Amino acid sequence: MNNPAKMVPVPSRAIIPERDLGVTPILEVSHLGINFGGLNAVEDFNIIVGRTEIAGLIGPNGAGKTTVFNLLTKVYQPTRGAILLDGKDTAGMSTMQINQAGIARTFQNIRLFQALSVEDNVKIGLHNQFKYSTLSGILRLPRYWDAERKAREQALELLSIFNMERMASYKAGSLPYGAQRRLEIVRALATRPSLLLLDEPAAGMNPSETEALMANIIKIRDMFQIAIMLIEHDMRLVMGICEGIAVLNYGKIIAKGTPEEIQANPAVIEAYLGQKKEA
Amino acid sequence: MKMTKPGQKRLISNAITYAIVIVAYVLIQILDGSGNLTSSLRGQLVPICAYIVMAVSLNLTVGVLGELSLGHAGFMSLGAFSGVIVSLGLRDTVSAGPLRLLAALLVGAVIAGLFGFIVGVPALRLRGDYLAIVTLAFGEIIKNVINTLYVGIGPDGLRISMSDQASLGLGESGTVIMRGPMGAVGVDKLASFGAGVILVLITLAIVLNLVHSRSGRAIMAVRDNRIAAESVGISITRYKLTAFIISAALAGAAGALYALNYSTVVARKFDFNTSILVLVFVVLGGIGNIRGSIIAAAVLTVLPELLRAFNDYRMLAYAVILILVMLTSNNDRLKQLRWRIRSYFQHSSRRQEAEHE
Amino acid sequence: MTFLSYLVSGLSLGSIYAIIALGYTMVYGIAKMLNFAHGDVIMIGGYMSFVATAHMGWPPLASVLLAMLVCTVLGVLIEQLAYKPLRTAPSLAVLITAIGVSYFLQNAALLIWSSNPKSFTSVVLLPSLKLFDGQLTISSVALVTILACVAIIIGLTFIISKTKIGKAMRAVSEDKEAAQLMGINVNQTISVTFAIGSALAAIAGVLLCSAYPILSPTTGAMPGIKAFTAAVFGGIGSIPGAFWGGLLLGLIEIFGKAYISTQLSDAIVFSILILVLLVRPTGLMGRKISEKV
Ligand SMILES: Nc1ncnc2c1ncn2[C@@H]1O[C@H](COP(=O)(O)OP(=O)(O)O)[C@@H](O)[C@H]1O
Ligand SMILES: [Mg+2]
Repeated sequence: MNNPAKMVPVPSRAIIPERDLGVTPILEVSHLGINFGGLNAVEDFNIIVGRTEIAGLIGPNGAGKTTVFNLLTKVYQPTRGAILLDGKDTAGMSTMQINQAGIARTFQNIRLFQALSVEDNVKIGLHNQFKYSTLSGILRLPRYWDAERKAREQALELLSIFNMERMASYKAGSLPYGAQRRLEIVRALATRPSLLLLDEPAAGMNPSETEALMANIIKIRDMFQIAIMLIEHDMRLVMGICEGIAVLNYGKIIAKGTPEEIQANPAVIEAYLGQKKEA
Repeated sequence: MKMTKPGQKRLISNAITYAIVIVAYVLIQILDGSGNLTSSLRGQLVPICAYIVMAVSLNLTVGVLGELSLGHAGFMSLGAFSGVIVSLGLRDTVSAGPLRLLAALLVGAVIAGLFGFIVGVPALRLRGDYLAIVTLAFGEIIKNVINTLYVGIGPDGLRISMSDQASLGLGESGTVIMRGPMGAVGVDKLASFGAGVILVLITLAIVLNLVHSRSGRAIMAVRDNRIAAESVGISITRYKLTAFIISAALAGAAGALYALNYSTVVARKFDFNTSILVLVFVVLGGIGNIRGSIIAAAVLTVLPELLRAFNDYRMLAYAVILILVMLTSNNDRLKQLRWRIRSYFQHSSRRQEAEHE
Repeated sequence: MTFLSYLVSGLSLGSIYAIIALGYTMVYGIAKMLNFAHGDVIMIGGYMSFVATAHMGWPPLASVLLAMLVCTVLGVLIEQLAYKPLRTAPSLAVLITAIGVSYFLQNAALLIWSSNPKSFTSVVLLPSLKLFDGQLTISSVALVTILACVAIIIGLTFIISKTKIGKAMRAVSEDKEAAQLMGINVNQTISVTFAIGSALAAIAGVLLCSAYPILSPTTGAMPGIKAFTAAVFGGIGSIPGAFWGGLLLGLIEIFGKAYISTQLSDAIVFSILILVLLVRPTGLMGRKISEKV
């Protein structure tokens, strides 16, 4: 799959196989790896994601997909390899700095601020957008009123992507499962990322919810002109909206390509069939 | 944009909290004016205010930040003794009592806040139980060190010694402020109920405004989910420290208020038991519930005065209350379900992977 | 010579801390909670032995056995009544409950035995050892304490590495869910851990009161906190860690008292705790625990 220098029709929307994009890709990962107590959870992971690409990361359970996200966001520090975000090396950055540099994510096991309202969850995502000091907040200086008003407007606007404005005052922990997943996406978007990582966004959703989610993922990409990389087991979603797909098995990439290429790849079929037999 | 329901609810809830304090103040003034206040109760008014500030500020650490501090009395102690030193140090230059009180409260808050920073930097890197034990250790260190301090004011300023009074070398004209284990003596009783109520109101304003601001949300985000908070670009250390320092500074002010209500103050007063007592106020009033802290602190300080016969069993009752509140508030089926889901997410990734994938 | 006698006192105090620390560390390793009330179980052990010898005229050894029995039952009871319902509760709730239990024991003791300190008669009736022509006197209590500590460590290490219950304890401390799936009775294992820890607390209580013969309701509080410090020193969850941490802490405290300041000895001990945690948040022998995301 590694045939470089192939021309791409839409330069800003290249896919996972390494190609010359004409512009700096948003994400370039080379030889990324980590091991947990001797086990190589991810090994020699290489990937390039274009600026407005929707990329998929698939693979059987325990393949290391979530670990890749944790490495990209520095929740785990990589043992090896380099991650370039917008051409800049992210070595030594913390999770917080990674977010400020432009990567936002959701979590496979939803991590909302359960005790807070939906609106507050989004406002927390806007933490670095509308800033004012602790003292301005305590003293209720004009900056406080100004920033809070803007944050509220922005929060409601972001919630409207998923038609969730009317849930603004609900407690995040009280939302149904699907809505919690959507709120996590909104919260991540609030940080104004250039790359959005979604870890199993459709998990626990019914088919019609999934359908709507697919449309919304594309809508988000088009609205914000950002790259989205998603982990998903729902093949209809992956094949339906991803422009490039990488397949992970036992921590290693076994295939990269367009949905059509992936579907026809014998190694992929083998990996999934092997999984089925075990199950 | 129009204010929605939760915003209004919050506003009303905060207004009620302030109103309770003000109404209580007015009522007590009326009672006192008509001679219906016993002298023992009158003597409790300033300590009640101090304990309310202690409880509200500890609730900031326990309820809003979600970390257990067992050394809150240590910050109170720092505020108490630095407040006493300031008030006596200013005796010759500032004659107005309220001004000296104000200076004492401010310095008490600043010193305690400074120590909050010093303890917080290492302690807040630690998780839960370790943090609790470090704050406990800090409280003990403070008590220990203050117990060995001799402080006096000579003609050329402040003198400090850790061995004995004579080594201060104050001569005839100096004033001794602190005498080691005997504590501070000859303290001016500058504190008043009115000043105490003002401090309570300021504390409320600081804590409530903080909670409903950008920093407050960041603090609660850290409490609810550390990793998610980091993932949206929030600095864990910064906001943990912010909460911890504000909490410590308020405890310092409470200490200064408390100390300036008595003519002598000893470090033993601010020991582990005091930290626990304040924790009882917080737990009983509801973790995270500011108004509850106020009521619990006031009631539990007055109650033993009213029920003297009950005194022997008071501490035992506090212990039972702590246990029962924890057991019941975590035993409610719904709550338990919620917590179970949460600890699933936090602790057992294997099981949850099997479930969701 | 004085140095040697300080060394012996340090080792003896350190042995007491180590025995207490073992209780903390085992419970922490297996139930993942800080049993704040552990120090007060020590105090109850002391009172039991005191009541048996002073009021009922029992021989010392029998009083120790009574103390162990009562403390074991007490430890298991506390676990069943107060901690077990909170297995899935957040650690803040568990810790506050444990503080409540600690407070309860102290104040119950206060009501039963009053705050007047009792003078405790040592359970070790052997004469003290005189060395170097009488220049160095080693009290029999100190010797017995050190020997008891070594014996306990050897015994515990044996139990944990060789017996069935020991294997269950290791499995539960590694991964509660996995242990359950392997057919280990997790609740029973936790109860046994509390039982062993509390029995050790009783021994520590008797030895503590024999060496420092004043018994009051708060007798266990400070040694309890220091022993927890020792456990943290060594790396909580680690049995050798509790042993070395305890010894180290005893030595630091005694030498600090002797050569730096009597009044500041507690401050020194706690400052070192804070320093250790600063440099090694997991203690000297602790393992790093990483959270799976
Ligand atoms: N913090 C960790 N410590 C040890 N092993 C881990 C950790 N995180 C993930 N793993 C292991 O790495 C492998 C890949 O996990 P993961 O990335 O979650 O897989 P998935 O592809 O299902 O998202 C699994 O075997 C998992 O148990
Ligand atoms: Mg995964």
